[in-house]
Amino acid sequence: MTRLAAALVVCLLLVGPAHAISDPAEMLPDRQQEARAEQIGSQLRCLVCQNESIEDSGADLARDLRKIVRQRVAAGDSNRAIVAWMVARYGNFVRLKPPFDATTALLWGSPVLALLVAGGVVIAGRGRRNASPPRPLDGGEEARLRTLLEQ
Amino acid sequence: MTRRRLLLLAPLGATAIAGAAFFAMLQRMSAGTFDPRGVPSMILGKRVPAFSLPTENGATLTDGDLVTGRPVLVNFFASWCEPCVEEAPVLMGMKGRGVPIVGIAYKDKPGATRGFLGQHGDPYARVAMDEPGRVAIDWGLYGVPESYLIDGNGIVRWRYVGPMTTEVASTQVAGLLRKYA
Repeated sequence: MTRLAAALVVCLLLVGPAHAISDPAEMLPDRQQEARAEQIGSQLRCLVCQNESIEDSGADLARDLRKIVRQRVAAGDSNRAIVAWMVARYGNFVRLKPPFDATTALLWGSPVLALLVAGGVVIAGRGRRNASPPRPLDGGEEARLRTLLEQ
Repeated sequence: MTRRRLLLLAPLGATAIAGAAFFAMLQRMSAGTFDPRGVPSMILGKRVPAFSLPTENGATLTDGDLVTGRPVLVNFFASWCEPCVEEAPVLMGMKGRGVPIVGIAYKDKPGATRGFLGQHGDPYARVAMDEPGRVAIDWGLYGVPESYLIDGNGIVRWRYVGPMTTEVASTQVAGLLRKYA
């Protein structure tokens, strides 16, 4: 039991923060600038691991890109200019949230497209029901229905 | 009736189109012309990015040195890179056929690079050292090895990610060398 508790404590100690930046030397001394750098970096894809932002990745290239973001923030570049600098080298692929353009139109348009298709199906289905309302039962059918219900 | 038929056929049509698109994608993947994880190169069709790097023998290599009037292959490699060991004999073969190759050692210590070239052969006309890896970022590099073909006017014509194979060397590179000779 004590061994289990000890193992648990060790595991809890090993759980670090989710952010890859654990090295304070990487951070900018100015807290506001560091926050801006983190915000920019969290929108940029790590090209090596691809499903992580450069802020979250432990890859060497991600660390280099983080450094460049911080150098440019410190130099006073705008967020837009820093992202454009990255896009000039790695394309829109480097942005985790791609912009709306010809190649991403289908991606951004797909929710609208799905709604339109679903709406079309609903309207088509309703139209068919309304087109042929059930005919009222005649005398013979009424009698047959009654006998069936009484059985 | 016709509307009902249309509604029934719509999913079938959509599935057929999606199937055809997937088939085309798989064809391109197996032919090596499409990599779903590949990062597109932004320097294709543009002049080689400006740079200045120290070479292994204490000289300097610049982007201007790559503009020689004839095509040159630029190969980013590193001594710590396993696929680079794999492609070494292929590059040696290309050197034997007279292909001019310039090597750029990425994030490597000069001594380690020398050791690597001594062990696996040196296919390079010149070797520059990009130890900080900063020049590689201007090229849009995201791993080693990567190879780029620069034409005689210094325009980047082709980028290949991963270890060079004899097939890629004898088909794609040979074709490009003829085209831009």
